[in-house]
Amino acid sequence: MTYRAALDGTSYAFTDLKRLLACASPARSGDQLAGLSAADDVERVAARYALADVPLTDFLENPLVPYETDDVTRLIVDTHDRAAFTPVAHMTVGAFRDWLLGYDADGPTLAALAPGLTPEMVAAVSKLMRNQDLITVARKVEVKTAFRNTQGLRGRLGSRLQPNHPTDDVRGIAVSMLDGLLMGVGDAVIGINPASDSLPDIKVLLDMVDGVRERYDMPVQSCVLTHVTNTIRLMERGAPVDLVFQSIAGSQAANTGFGVTLDILREADDAARSLARGTVGDNALYFETGQGAALSANAHHGVDQQTMEARAYAVARAFRPLLVNTVVGFIGPEYLYDGKQVIRAGLEDHFCAKLLGVPMGCDVCYTNHTMADQDDMDDLMMLLTVAGVNFLIAVPGSDDVMLGYQSLSYHDILTLRSTFDRPPAPEFEAWLRRQDMLTAEGRMRVSAPQQLGRVLGPTGGLVA
Amino acid sequence: MNDRTPEPRGVDPWADLRDLTIARVGLGRCGDAIPARDVLAFQLAHAQARNAVGATLDAATLGLDNVVEVHSRATDRATFLQRPDLGRQLAEKDAPRLPPGAYDVVFVLADGLSATAVTRQAPGVLAACLKALPGWSVAPVVVAHQARVALGDEIGERLAARFVVIMIGERPGLSVADSLSLYITANPRPGRADSERNCISNIQPRGGLSPESAADKLAWLLREAVRIGGTGVNLKDDPSAALPSA
Repeated sequence: MTYRAALDGTSYAFTDLKRLLACASPARSGDQLAGLSAADDVERVAARYALADVPLTDFLENPLVPYETDDVTRLIVDTHDRAAFTPVAHMTVGAFRDWLLGYDADGPTLAALAPGLTPEMVAAVSKLMRNQDLITVARKVEVKTAFRNTQGLRGRLGSRLQPNHPTDDVRGIAVSMLDGLLMGVGDAVIGINPASDSLPDIKVLLDMVDGVRERYDMPVQSCVLTHVTNTIRLMERGAPVDLVFQSIAGSQAANTGFGVTLDILREADDAARSLARGTVGDNALYFETGQGAALSANAHHGVDQQTMEARAYAVARAFRPLLVNTVVGFIGPEYLYDGKQVIRAGLEDHFCAKLLGVPMGCDVCYTNHTMADQDDMDDLMMLLTVAGVNFLIAVPGSDDVMLGYQSLSYHDILTLRSTFDRPPAPEFEAWLRRQDMLTAEGRMRVSAPQQLGRVLGPTGGLVA
Repeated sequence: MNDRTPEPRGVDPWADLRDLTIARVGLGRCGDAIPARDVLAFQLAHAQARNAVGATLDAATLGLDNVVEVHSRATDRATFLQRPDLGRQLAEKDAPRLPPGAYDVVFVLADGLSATAVTRQAPGVLAACLKALPGWSVAPVVVAHQARVALGDEIGERLAARFVVIMIGERPGLSVADSLSLYITANPRPGRADSERNCISNIQPRGGLSPESAADKLAWLLREAVRIGGTGVNLKDDPSAALPSA
């Protein structure tokens, strides 16, 4: 079916829904690389005019990726909740956008609507929204999850402590972890990207972090971000696995590229839940996503990268994860060229995930070949905090010495807590208080590192 | 104030711990923020990395005789960064500069994401490689601009070389902005998959691989590739594993 718009006497035609969505997308290098972008800004706006008139039901009737050959499409279609969809079933994309911004579309209303929305609907409406709209709507939605603490509560901000080391040196990782804990980072997860895929090496890391957690009775969860099949094996061998990690994407072919199927994810979720290591909840999975993942695997089916990204959230929500984050600036300038594109993508990803009921966080980050710097990251971290992001990732001094890119620093998390009055998860905040690491005003003590000797003990190592 | 009694002045509890990682730990705080000296150190590292990404490869500074200079279809740096597909294709005008010969191997020095790495490391690495490969028929060295790894496939095919070894600048990190990688591809031709190559990475002077070690690895991999008839996932970078079991 062809979609049309007439502007100033010129008529524009878009051959199908895929083409319409791609042309309506804000400009970004990945869609240009894929040859999917609008020819110019006027055609882009024409596509948005046409998109505004598309009924939401069109997305149910015209899957962008074929149902027969793609299990993500089947998941989306087969689990769509018609009853939940009813309140907006009569709307066009444009009317939906205006309704989302209205006062009547409050948090509980949007939470009830989530099972009735598909990724394609939320991606479509995001293309008619400015950055402030993405923030205004996302912040209405509270997506709560729990394991050893409660993530996603309104007015709070979680953080992932990412203590990576280029050779997985367990003492080096322990030092970076200590640095973060002394700045009150890590309630969402202490999550290590390992350099090695060796199971014995990974078990050493899991044992170390779990040992520290038990010794100090910390209400946090840990994760080594290795392939899901490795983590399944580690669980079989009795390793202390809290969260199971996997990178996911928005098509079956892209997930195949990651070496993962929906069945494997189900198996991992069952195994992790059966360990019952959570104390206040049983959300046991952790997913990472990012625009461009499907295109880089040549598995995007001619669909724009932001819509493909939203489809990954349909995979995520099927498994009730504790945490999901977009690694927004990691993929490089061929997908998101500069700070402006990274910031826009971060806000889109957060908005789409929240509207679909996914507990969304973000790795606010960039590589050295992207046209961005720390000022752009300052902007995005603050915008996402205002938007109510569940958690952000932080590394020592913003410099990830294993993955070779820049994320937020532990200090940035402190800045966000102070500036926006966003404490961490309540259980973790109470623990910080018990350790006497917070001032009466709720700030992390500047002298906390001076207490290092006490924390570590005279012989001290976090690592025996 | 209800803050804790500070530890004695002059004691830096991080002094020993910093030796355990190159991560930027124990930076101290001014309020919530990072102290000025560490902010500036970070900005310097980022500026150096950005310079490395933007740098142009000047063949004249490499000190090599008889180089052939070629370009990809990415006409400038901005295009190169956004269009990896163009960086993998040879500019049409440069094709005649690569006539076929009876070569065992062609070395391609390619800017990739850090011309700085090529300028600093490639001449030494190349010299060590030539020394490690006595008796090999080596094509004239090719210097490639705005080049991705796969550009070597078309270069190698045109020269009719049995192997192409591309020396290419890695994406700069904050701690190292001049690290070089070698990619080895047997029977090069456009369309080769990354799984059909072998890689030697992290060639740089600050804790990375030395030119001599890289050359030894390369020579071993090339000889092993001749023996098993190809490069890629079946060729394991592990000399000990190739020894017959005792």
